[in-house]
Order: sequence, then structure tokens, then C-alpha cells
Amino acid sequence: MAKLKEVSKKQDILSSGHRLCAGCGASIAVRQILSACDDPVVVASATGCLEVATTIYPYTSWRSSFIHNAFENAAATISGVEAMYQSLKKQGKIDKEMKFIAFGGDGGTYDIGLQSLSGALERGHDFVYVCYDNEAYMNTGIQRSSATPRGVWTTTSPCGEVIPGKTQYRKDLTGIIAAHKIPYVAQASIWRWSDLIDKAHKAFYTKGPAFLNVLSPCPRGWRFPSEKTIKMAKLSVQTNFWPLYEVENGKWKLNYKPKERKPVTEWMEPQGRYKNALRPENKQLVEEIQKDIDDNWERLLILCGEK
Amino acid sequence: MSKNTVAITGNDAAAYAIKQINPDVMAAYPITPQTALVQKFSEYVADGLVKTEFVTVESEHSAMSACVGAAAAGGRVMTATAANGLALMFEIVYIAASSKLPIVMPVVNRALSGPINIHCDHSDSMAARDSGWLQLYSENAQEAYDNTIQAIRIAENMKVRLPVMVMYDGFITSHGIEMVDFLDDEVVHNFVGDYQPNNPLLDPEKPLTYGPLDLYDYYFEHKRQQAEDIKNSKPIILDVAKEFEKISGRPYGLFESYQLEDAETAIVVLSSTAGTTKEVVDEMRAKGKKVGLLKPRVFRPFPYQEIAKALSHLKAVAILDRSDSFGAFGGPLFTEIRSAMMEFGKIPENIDIIYGLGGRDINEQDIEGVYNQLDAIAKSGKVKERIQYLGVRE
Repeated sequence: MAKLKEVSKKQDILSSGHRLCAGCGASIAVRQILSACDDPVVVASATGCLEVATTIYPYTSWRSSFIHNAFENAAATISGVEAMYQSLKKQGKIDKEMKFIAFGGDGGTYDIGLQSLSGALERGHDFVYVCYDNEAYMNTGIQRSSATPRGVWTTTSPCGEVIPGKTQYRKDLTGIIAAHKIPYVAQASIWRWSDLIDKAHKAFYTKGPAFLNVLSPCPRGWRFPSEKTIKMAKLSVQTNFWPLYEVENGKWKLNYKPKERKPVTEWMEPQGRYKNALRPENKQLVEEIQKDIDDNWERLLILCGEK
Repeated sequence: MSKNTVAITGNDAAAYAIKQINPDVMAAYPITPQTALVQKFSEYVADGLVKTEFVTVESEHSAMSACVGAAAAGGRVMTATAANGLALMFEIVYIAASSKLPIVMPVVNRALSGPINIHCDHSDSMAARDSGWLQLYSENAQEAYDNTIQAIRIAENMKVRLPVMVMYDGFITSHGIEMVDFLDDEVVHNFVGDYQPNNPLLDPEKPLTYGPLDLYDYYFEHKRQQAEDIKNSKPIILDVAKEFEKISGRPYGLFESYQLEDAETAIVVLSSTAGTTKEVVDEMRAKGKKVGLLKPRVFRPFPYQEIAKALSHLKAVAILDRSDSFGAFGGPLFTEIRSAMMEFGKIPENIDIIYGLGGRDINEQDIEGVYNQLDAIAKSGKVKERIQYLGVRE
């Protein structure tokens, strides 16, 4: 289990001085995850908040080697880096142990980058892919993605006279990745930092592809105060909105079970993006959202052998 | 005939060149008419005849994306594609060039959709002419083989470090069987040499960032440097050609002149059609007609001064374009050559012939007709129609 004292001694690969917003969940996730790697690492990033805010020429916030290629191809890009590493290692031209990780937001992962990710997972490259899921295209100003939950306001799912925000449920990306039957898949939260760091360590040191889906609260896009990021991450888990689990070599395991599941409204109320959904006339919508969360939780319990 | 002369398709010849080059990583996706190349290379991998890590990607977009990652990592990288595959990788084609990654890619010329068509024209690679890649066009399987090998040396030269496309015509060259003279493995190994990494990602002692956000305060300077870099590749292309001639006996330049020096009229045409045109030139020369041919090999960087000079003595010239540039004043080859001819005082009369789209055949009579038209233009000094379509039902 990760120990805070030890983690705090490590030098951050993502240095301070980057230009991500105050309270950004992504930078917290990245720092926690990279603290779990004991070898030199090459980082790839999809186009998105993380990339634009950490590599504004002529500056870089990365103490490791870093590559950004485009929006939809972080997985294919890191697969090329890893393939070159394997090739040179086999030829005896390189002997160092190195790790490879790609970060993408939900836009670059759930949507435009899904094909590239699926291909790289199927090919079995030895790499970690992390989705920092902030539930919309935040870099370009809060447009909906297939990770945006139902009932949420975004600039492309606005709350209008006829349509009350996003009408569809989010895509179950972690389930889709688990269906690739790669060695390690996990869903994690920056609130449970020790769990996340342990999962990241497993992901780095499992041979073959590994995937982490980390909910990344976004003060700007979710409309909550920037000091409440960890609180929001906590509520997402305590309401079962974002369950923590892992799938290791096909075996599903629940990593956190709230003593008492909090109602989804506790998760929704602090967020301005749910303001419209919480109006009295949308009571039924909230009930449906709650039912969806509870149904998904029941399915997860069965998959994890808890029921 | 040397012991290394074999009857082989263009695709197999290019695959054989890649086998001899033995890249560290190849990431490719099969597409007609390039498929046989990827299949052949897969056999080399399966039989352990190459050291290459072969990344069997799920699309051309990922092919070029993986190539960018692999080349930035620090090794020799190749891929191959055609038509829609090139179109799908387009975004990353630009990124490869602007990241100065010396990737070499055979492009088996095929018409772009739509409508969908699998046969030859040059709309695919011509659409990529402003991507920052060097472009070499090949007349036949021998040139496809020779250009692929030379492309490695050009791309990886420390003064260039840019990606190179090697074109040959879909089906006509890719599937046609011709006699090809292969070099010995060792000769090719020595010619291409060991890969020299330049700012590799795989050096933990020297971490660096590839692909930063480059805004209005620096982007323009970087693009200006790119313009300079590709221009500077011209002498390197010629140096590599000279060295290649030493090991192969086959001369290469920026373009090939055929019966051009004393010609009164000439055709400019790329790739396999130049082969047909040479036959016509021979027949017409036998009848005393002073006709010639200029076959560009290097389209990027475009040797505008050299080509314009080589054409300046003509009375009339026809530029044959196997792709259209819809809404423009002629096809890409025509607009560039006509513009280049402004370099010299005397501009020969000129016409653009757009032909062969989607694999429409062009035969010797068609080409003879073009020369006859040029003869009439030379005599009258009048051009009836500047931009023409040849072989199409109107």
C-alpha cells in the first residue's frame, strides 16, 4: 500500500508552474499516478487540457520525456514509442528498464480516440493508458462528450426550452476496456489516493496493456468552487456514481463499498451544471438518474462476486 | 543479366527494399493497391528475416501516429499506403514533417474517393504536396526499389531529417511484373548505414518534449525553418543519387530528360506514363520529329529553376497531370511548372493535359496526339485550349 511519507519524497514528474486551473483534478491524478513509477517513463498525451497547459512552447512542465501528437492518437503514438523500445532492446541497443504511459481526457478517450486505444490494447503493447475523465470537452469550453452524464448542462447540451441538458447516459468505457481482456483495468479516484497509487503501480508493473479510468473533477466545467475538488471526487464515490473497482486478469474486484450509499442529489447539488436538472419540475429525471446508478451498482456487485 | 535480376512486381520490389533496409519499426495498414507490399513484408517478419518490430495497426491514422511515436523514440521507421489511407493519415502526415521525423513511406498512387475507385491516379500524393514531406516519383518497379533505398539516406541526413514519400503507380507498377535488378543485402546495409538518433525520447538522461503548443509567438518561425529545411534537401538528394550510382550503375537526378536537349516540343509527365511516352518519342524521332520528354523525379522540393531551364528552349510543351486541382488554373504539375517558367525570359507555349483519372488508360496514340497538337501550336503560336482533358467522354 502506498505510504504518504514515501510518496511525498519523490520528485514530481509533472513540475509545478504548469498552467492548469486551480483545483484541476487532472494534475492531481497525473502526479499521484506517476509517483507509482520507479523507472524512467515516457509520457504521451492526447490534445487537451493537460497537454496545452503543460507544454506551451518554449516551456515544458515535464521532467520526463514527453510526446504530444494529436487529439485521437495518444494510444497509437505511445504504441509506436513502445514498439521502438522493444525493437532496440531486442537488438541490444538499449538496456534500461523504461515505462510508457499515455494520458487522454474523456474526449480523447471515450470519443475521438477510442479506435486508436482499442487497437493498441488488442495489439498488447506494454503500456499504461489513463483517462482523466472530467466528463466533457473542457479544454475547448465545456462541450458534451459520451462521458457527460445525463441531465448535465454543457455548451453543446444546453438547458433549453425543450431539451433539459444532456439526455443520454454516459458510456461505460471501463466496461468496454475490460471487454478487451487486457491484464489490468481499474476505475479510481483522486480522493482514494492510496488506492489510485496502488492501482497505478500495478498498471505500470503488469506486463502488457493496462488501463485506468480516473474521475477528474473540473471546477470550471462542473461549476463548483476550486477548493472543493477532492470533496467532489469523494461524493462521486460515496454516491456510487463513480464506483472503485479493478479487473485483474479477468477477475473483477470491488475496492470500496460505502457503508450507506448517499443519494445522488448530494453529488449533484454542489455542481452548477446540474442546476436545471434539480428544478422541481425535473424530479422524475433525478429519480431516473438515481435508478440508473443503483442498477449499475447492482450489476457491478454481481460482477465482483459481492452478490 | 546479373544474378540479382528478377521478374517481380513493383510491390514485391518495394517490400524487398524494405527488407534490405531492415527498419527498426514498421507500422502499416493494408490498402489496395499497396496490400501485397504489406503481405510480403509480413512474411519476412514471420520468417524472422528482419529485426523489425511490425506494428499491425487498426488504421492508417494509427499507422502514421505510431510511426511518429516510434521515430521520435529514436530509430528507423517505415510505413506504406495509398489513396484513402494517405487521406486518413493526413493530419499526422503534417505532424511527422513538422516534428522533423525521417520516416520513409512508399505511396502506391491510387485515385482518392469519391466515388470509390482503386486504380491509378496521382490525386492522393498530390493532395499531400504541401505537407512538408519530400516526394520522389518512380516510373517503374526498378525506380520504386531504388528510390525507396535512396529515400532512407535522404530522410536521415542530419541536414535534412524530414520524411520522404516514394510514389509508384497503382496496379500499373505495383502489380505489373518487370525485370528488377536488386543490390546485394550487404551493399544496401552499407549504403543506408546505421541509424543516427537525433533527440530520441528513449534517453532518460536527456528528457525532452515533443509536440508542444506553439502559438503566434513561435509557430511562424518554425514554419519558416521548415521551408528552409526542405529547400536544403536538394543538394543532399543529388549527393545520395551520386553515391547510389556508384553501387548500382543507375543514375538519378532531380528529373530525367529524354531526347530533350534538341527537342522543339516536349511532354512533362510523372511515373509510368513517362515509360509509354519514351516509346512514342522513339517512334516519332525515327520519323524525324524533334520531340522530347521531361520526367520529374523529385516533386518536393520542386526543382523549379532546373526544370524551367531544361524546358526554356522549347517551342511548346505539354504538361500532363494525372490529378486535377478542382477550380484551379490547371493541375498541380502544370501550375508549378508554368509558374517556374517565369524564371526565364522566353516562355514556351504551354498546355495542361489532365488524363488518366481513376486508372483511365492512356495509350501511345493519345500521346502522339499530344505531340501533334504541340507541333501545331509551335507552328501557329496559338493555343486554342490551355487546360484540356484527355481520354474522357464529354
